[in-house]
Amino acid sequence: MPSLLKQLGLATLLAAALPAHAHKLWLLPSHTAVSEPQWVTVDASISNEIFGFERAYPVDTVQVTGPSGERAAVDNATRMHTRSVFDVQLEQEGSYRIAVAQPGFFLMYEVDGERKRARGNDAAQMLKELPANASNVKMMESHNRLETVVTLGAPNNTALNPTGKGLEIEFLSHPNDLYAGETAKWRLLVDGKPARNLKVELVPGGTRYRDSQEDWSVTSDKKGLVEITWPSAGRYFLEVGTSDKQTSHPKADERRLQYLGTFEVLPM
Amino acid sequence: MRVLLTFCLALVASHSLAESFRVEVEVPRLRVAEYHAPYVAFWVENPDRSTILPLGLWYDDQEKWLKDIRQWWRRTGRGQSKPYDGLTGATRPPGNHSIDFAELKALQDLPPGEYELIVEAAREVGGREVLRLPFQWPAEQAQTQQASGDNELGTVTLTITP
Repeated sequence: MPSLLKQLGLATLLAAALPAHAHKLWLLPSHTAVSEPQWVTVDASISNEIFGFERAYPVDTVQVTGPSGERAAVDNATRMHTRSVFDVQLEQEGSYRIAVAQPGFFLMYEVDGERKRARGNDAAQMLKELPANASNVKMMESHNRLETVVTLGAPNNTALNPTGKGLEIEFLSHPNDLYAGETAKWRLLVDGKPARNLKVELVPGGTRYRDSQEDWSVTSDKKGLVEITWPSAGRYFLEVGTSDKQTSHPKADERRLQYLGTFEVLPM
Repeated sequence: MRVLLTFCLALVASHSLAESFRVEVEVPRLRVAEYHAPYVAFWVENPDRSTILPLGLWYDDQEKWLKDIRQWWRRTGRGQSKPYDGLTGATRPPGNHSIDFAELKALQDLPPGEYELIVEAAREVGGREVLRLPFQWPAEQAQTQQASGDNELGTVTLTITP
């Protein structure tokens, strides 16, 4: 991939992580539960509307983990004008975790009283390119994890085991076993440890067709647990974020973590 | 001793708790432009669903649509693969059909208790419907239960003869 395109992709990625851009980042699978081996297609976009395409979200780092923990095939990864797409092949019975996650760095500084910004994924290189007279230098590390899960046949948990890195969900209730009116129990983890007091925001799909967001939130308890009761069948956008000082580069002041998931709830 | 034990087990297994477990199903005739015979699944569950017993499936070999028999898929179908458990066969055309599940050993081995027979129909480019017929197992005397669907199923009758 040309480096300019890559830079643009990263810029989009980082811009979306900043508070000024309250856009939502999401993956949207065509199916979440299927009964015969097939390809499913996934869209990736950044938008205010759930789930309406606005700007393509880069998917160069997409990783699909198959039912026995192996990497699964991805095809046709393409960046289009308002969305990226890729296809995932479901061959083996069980659950597939589809994740797009990439860390990045955001540099803020002043030169002669003028505010400047830089973005990239190589913190050392960014610091090296900093003008000699830069002052008030702040560096932030950003991790956005976009995830969704799809299943062929009966769900299993191998692909869903937490990696122990960044902000993740431990799915005590399987994400492809969600039904209207039922309650899912999930645990939030930061670097593999239960994350308490984090606010999980949920938005049902189809905001274009109603007057209010109909969003709601739940907060993790001291064991990191949240219970989510699904009001009706449909697709839901989930967002949770936190920040800490556990940066991967000593010059980074803060690490911002975001988990953005899409889950489908079926009628019973 | 081993011989005796084997003999006792064989005796239990062969002991039938019902002479017949007959389900009559009316597949309604629908006036629609594109008609496909419904996929129909039959299973038994107890109130807390700790027991789920698949009895049979009518489908036309297209696994792609099995997920649309939603409840069956969730309760038992997605954990199975070809050939699907129970008395499984092709879809049935509109009309009255009868099937007797008494020959299934798993049904005869069902522990005593309260159960429901569940009949679920899903039709390609059509709708879905679920009917539940409660029954007591084993039947002390002949039991008959009936339920009627609104769209995808007509009258469904369960008759258990001890």
